[in-house]
Amino acid sequence: MEAIFQQFLNPAIAAKVFPYLLQGLGTTFLLSLLVVPLGLAGGLAVAVLWSLRRRRLNWLLICYVDFFRAFPPLVLLLFIYFGFPFIGIDIPAIFAVAIGFLLNTSSYYGEIFRAGIESVPRGQWEAARSTGLSWARMMLHVVVPQASRNVLPDLISNTLEVVKLTTLASVVAIPELLNAARNAQALTYNPTPIVIAALMYLVLLWPIVRVISRLEHKAVAVR
Amino acid sequence: MELDRLVFTFFNLEIAREYWPDIVKGFVITVRLGLATIATGLALGLALAMLRSFQQRAVNWLIVLYADAFRALPPLMVIIILFFAFPYAGLPMSAFVATWLSLSLVLGAFAEEIFWAGIISIPKGQYEAARSTGMSAGWTLVYVILPQAVRLTIPPLTNRTIAITKGTALGSVVALAEILGSAHSASSLAGNPTPLTLGAIAYLVLFIPFVILGRWVETRFAWKR
Repeated sequence: MEAIFQQFLNPAIAAKVFPYLLQGLGTTFLLSLLVVPLGLAGGLAVAVLWSLRRRRLNWLLICYVDFFRAFPPLVLLLFIYFGFPFIGIDIPAIFAVAIGFLLNTSSYYGEIFRAGIESVPRGQWEAARSTGLSWARMMLHVVVPQASRNVLPDLISNTLEVVKLTTLASVVAIPELLNAARNAQALTYNPTPIVIAALMYLVLLWPIVRVISRLEHKAVAVR
Repeated sequence: MELDRLVFTFFNLEIAREYWPDIVKGFVITVRLGLATIATGLALGLALAMLRSFQQRAVNWLIVLYADAFRALPPLMVIIILFFAFPYAGLPMSAFVATWLSLSLVLGAFAEEIFWAGIISIPKGQYEAARSTGMSAGWTLVYVILPQAVRLTIPPLTNRTIAITKGTALGSVVALAEILGSAHSASSLAGNPTPLTLGAIAYLVLFIPFVILGRWVETRFAWKR
């Protein structure tokens, strides 16, 4: 037991790498602050365009959403990161991450928002329009707020997935938590840094998992 | 002219001809890994959800602990731990086994929660009626509760399974030569991104049918409101 502890949670190594891992955690946090709002905005745009009910546009939107839901996000990220320099455009890794995440997560968020918008009763739309609100104001003040509330559990759950997905940025050398942990492991020849990184994810994301479970069970109980 | 260069760069026929066998080999590995993950992940999830329905406090607590942990941990983090940390404990494993085991554990956690939500959504009367006809608790679960519960779980389960099976691409991080891994090394060798394009096409060929299936299943098995 003692030996296992020395190997996997070595206190001396833990103390040495902890500040470095904290820095990685900070980067993960900032990265999430970048990609989550991007995905939310993209997804909302997809869903609002959908609700215009233009046949050809909707067909294009379905193609977009299904295409990027079928594409593994890591493949997308590497394709952007390694592909662009070949046509003479050097893009920083963070830019590749932002584009890749926008394309991938906006299709998932888009499907969620679409389900939400469809769940708002038609009467709400008509009532809003009949009070003289423009289409845009109706969307902004009446439909989208109710739609978001109706799909809140799915939105939270997808946001958790997006935060977990930021680990992919480690592959293109963005120094987020997993990347920091792997570097530290390579330097110390000891698995302690990656074990600590896993514990950090666990401690920080567990409360969100609990909240999602609560909301989902509540949704089942209501039916 | 610009278009010519683009085609030459991203879809160079000569390079495609040279490297497509690598991509096909990767495709086979991805399919095997995906099928293995789906089989073990779903079986694990169903078994745990059934176990949970017997309401043994200590057992339930352990199941919830497992399901929570593997829903909170990023899949890539799990793969890295299994592949890079377990050898220190004298448990080295191949990239294939590490990826398969990680994704199965993650899928098992999500599947357990989905199956469980399905089981508890079945009205208590169904259980009581079955028991009152003389069925044992086990048979009630298998013949009465699960057939109804599983039907409700099909749409969320399909989507979750697709999302996690796409994670087979993460195996490339631990040097597994599945589609992405072989496409990436081929494009470094060739100094041209064409193999990556081929890899991307291979993924689309593999997953688009499932995404469309997921869409169909969603309308076919939708909750009756």
